[in-house]
Amino acid sequence: MNAPLIGQSVKRKEDLRFITGVGRFTDDITAPGQAHAYFLRSPHAHARIRSIDLERARSAPGVVAVFTGDDLAKAKVGGLPCGWLITGVDGKPMKEPPYPPLAQGKVRYVGDRVAVVIADTLDQAKDAAELIEVDYEVLPATVKAAGARAPGATVVHDIAPDNTCYVWALGDKAAVESAFKSAHHVTTLEFINNRLIPNAIEPRAALASYAPGDDAYTLYVTSQNPHVERLLMTAFVLGLPEHKVRVIAPDVGGGFGSKIYLYGEEVVLTWASKQVNRPVKWTAERIESFQSDAHGRDHVTKAELALDKNGKFLAMRVTTTANMGAYLSTFASCIPTILYATLLAGQYTTPAIYCEVTAVFTHTAPVDAYRGAGRPEATYVVERLVDTAAREMGIDRAEIRRRNFIKDFPYQTPVALLYDTGGYDATLTDALKLADVAGFEARRKDAEKRGKLRGLGYSTYIEACGIAPSNVAGALGARAGLYEAGEIRAHPTGTVTVFTGSHAHGQGHETTFAQVVADRLGLPIENVDVVHGDTGRVLFGMGTYGSRSIAVGGTAIMKALDKIVAKGKKIAAHLLEAAESDIEYDRGTFKVAGTDKQKTFAEVAFAAYVPHNYPLDKLEPGLNESAFYDPTNFTFPAGSHICEIEIDPDTGQTRVVNFTAVDDFGKVINPMIVEGQVHGGVAQGIGQALLEGCVYDPQSGQLLTGTYMDYAMPRADDVPYFKVGTRETPCTHNPLGVKGCGEAGAIGAPAAVINAIVDALAPFGVRDIEMPATPERVWRAMRSAKLRK
Amino acid sequence: MDISVSLTVNGKPVSATLDPRTLLVQLLRERLRLTGTHVGCDTGQCGACTVHLNGRAVKSCIVLAAQAQGAEVVTIEGIAAAGSLHPMQAAFRDHHGLQCGFCTPGIVMNAIELAKKHPNLSEEAVRAGLEGNFCRCTGYHNIVKAVLAGAAAMRR
Repeated sequence: MNAPLIGQSVKRKEDLRFITGVGRFTDDITAPGQAHAYFLRSPHAHARIRSIDLERARSAPGVVAVFTGDDLAKAKVGGLPCGWLITGVDGKPMKEPPYPPLAQGKVRYVGDRVAVVIADTLDQAKDAAELIEVDYEVLPATVKAAGARAPGATVVHDIAPDNTCYVWALGDKAAVESAFKSAHHVTTLEFINNRLIPNAIEPRAALASYAPGDDAYTLYVTSQNPHVERLLMTAFVLGLPEHKVRVIAPDVGGGFGSKIYLYGEEVVLTWASKQVNRPVKWTAERIESFQSDAHGRDHVTKAELALDKNGKFLAMRVTTTANMGAYLSTFASCIPTILYATLLAGQYTTPAIYCEVTAVFTHTAPVDAYRGAGRPEATYVVERLVDTAAREMGIDRAEIRRRNFIKDFPYQTPVALLYDTGGYDATLTDALKLADVAGFEARRKDAEKRGKLRGLGYSTYIEACGIAPSNVAGALGARAGLYEAGEIRAHPTGTVTVFTGSHAHGQGHETTFAQVVADRLGLPIENVDVVHGDTGRVLFGMGTYGSRSIAVGGTAIMKALDKIVAKGKKIAAHLLEAAESDIEYDRGTFKVAGTDKQKTFAEVAFAAYVPHNYPLDKLEPGLNESAFYDPTNFTFPAGSHICEIEIDPDTGQTRVVNFTAVDDFGKVINPMIVEGQVHGGVAQGIGQALLEGCVYDPQSGQLLTGTYMDYAMPRADDVPYFKVGTRETPCTHNPLGVKGCGEAGAIGAPAAVINAIVDALAPFGVRDIEMPATPERVWRAMRSAKLRK
Repeated sequence: MDISVSLTVNGKPVSATLDPRTLLVQLLRERLRLTGTHVGCDTGQCGACTVHLNGRAVKSCIVLAAQAQGAEVVTIEGIAAAGSLHPMQAAFRDHHGLQCGFCTPGIVMNAIELAKKHPNLSEEAVRAGLEGNFCRCTGYHNIVKAVLAGAAAMRR
């Protein structure tokens, strides 16, 4: 009999290897005889490649091979595919320009891959790359999303002469127009959701090898979803049979979305490993991460909220231009549409919403999902509007939210989602208490005495996790399934290995999933290990994105567990000479109900693998079960974030002095891990609001924030301790009642921070400030407001 | 022209013949297979490559291997006897001070030096002391707690 494990802050099983330095990240792996790859990248945002002279590079010391886009084209290597087809308001499919793994004819962003040099050592590869002479005809660049469709803007792809990938819309336009006409008050805001660079601390890396004897490839890669990587690479790019490619994502040092995608480097290395008949390794330098990891956000938005005289929301109208960058990354197209516009109801009963999104191509790095992916952008729209409306109408900011909260569930929003459950008033009430909002005025006065401006901001956000079901998503353009797979392998002595298609790169699945299995089977957690990240060991998987792991991956495991217990009961019934219907499973023991006859899980497992006393005529030996789970709906985590900031009016420096997050993630398996996820997400959200911003030179398209000297990452002294609370309103459509927690912090925080800054600066007449709210921007906002007075 | 370098790494004498461009972190990771020291930025900002060089925390991606001639270098693999944990390592596990674990070795190495230098670490001093280490996962909350607890344990 073992104590329950679900709901306990079990220390992480994976920690020991990381704290002792024996983790196994991709760059830690060395294959015998490996060669090293270096990618020559474009120094220009837009240029025609007139010619590439490889002669000197090919004869440089140690060089094994040099390849360009022409070589890949000759070998019939395809382009990188986009995984979601968006259909525009004109009924036409989005424009999908070719995305060659190495540039062909033109380069389209600074960092675009031009050639790969493979040499015995990395230094030799780099030295040889210096000898490649590329004759570029430099062309003008389109850099900003805002001007991409303007007449005369330089065209990124010929198939999209107006630089438009699609114009897409969601909602009832006529209902919204009519509601705005009869509104008592309309709040309008125009803003930019700043472009971010993900910056997982482990740079992307890959090590590919080819085994001629088996005609098979193995790719170690920094991936959040190795099976998806394999599927895309084999079926769409290299034309290889899937069973001949094994993709392993070993320990991965953070992803935040940026390691979901299929990148050109991985494809090139896999292909090249056969050409040179040697393992080939590549690890990005940080500048390559800045230049070529898919970026996030980058929206320009106009948003309007119509209200009645009591502050009830009548309608919302949102127009957004989203920057796709130079090529369509794996899931780029669905982020500012399916994962954005659908979230614009927030926690509120707004009856009519219309959102139009124009996705444009520019000469910048591809943009795709980054922690939150569409949902932070939606939350920012909604929560900035709500706060501004409250201020304009003189209604308390918590009160206006309460007046509009959805209270009855299930709730069908006007933007396609069906919320199964929620408890928004309760999380707000908890957050107000935990943040001591009642004491804020006293703290504001105290700050004033110290010459500081103090502000308080709310963000009551919603997110949708575990995107599903597959058939609905398919109808909306998804080109992949959205299920997850799991397998439970009981070993003859009763220990268990769990195989999951989810992938952990910091989330702690090896502990959380082991807790679920050990709890359900009543085994000590030491007897349960979790395996993930290897297409050679795990049956299938869609990987980790969109806070889906526990809700989708965890449920697949639960389904496999049910099968294990069901088969165990059959075996136990035979061993105990009882009817199967009389067998109960209770925390590690199969019992005959109402008797003291029982068999332990280990005894039943042993019987399954040493079937001497076993119903072989009716039952297969072994105790190994797998399951696929395709959810019936999204899950809907939600919460209240409250941020308190202080501004030094002399310098414009803003400090977050308190940050409170009360989140409803449904059932929490491991509170310690969940709180850690919130901390990390909130820090990234604060980073977006105060520090981080990717800047390209608007004329040349040069990346100006290409190092850690230029791109401001949150450091330990940029953030305070966070106050974190949870509420548990269980999800209604999965057996664990779980919703997911990975992105909430990054979704809720930016609006809370900016709302707090605007609160502090409101006396100056400031009603908006652009992210990141750097000291310069805050100082200028105060100064120009003063001058206006 | 290659050069030869001799130093002590985790208590053991080491000699190597190297390209003079070789960085200390390359010597550690590629020659000695001590892969617990990571490279996150190659420009001395992220701190994932932090090791101890003659007792001082240094970023091994901006130290030439040649500069370590005759030095004593300690890496994450060398701070505790096999099978045991340094109090700072234990504190990171106890306080959930790591998620993906990539930045962790560098932060632990920096934290040990911080604790040794400052007998009475405050939260503020830890946050300032960790300026040279990025963590993208934890929001630093539990790292700060772990460093304070690890420092206290080191004093005991």
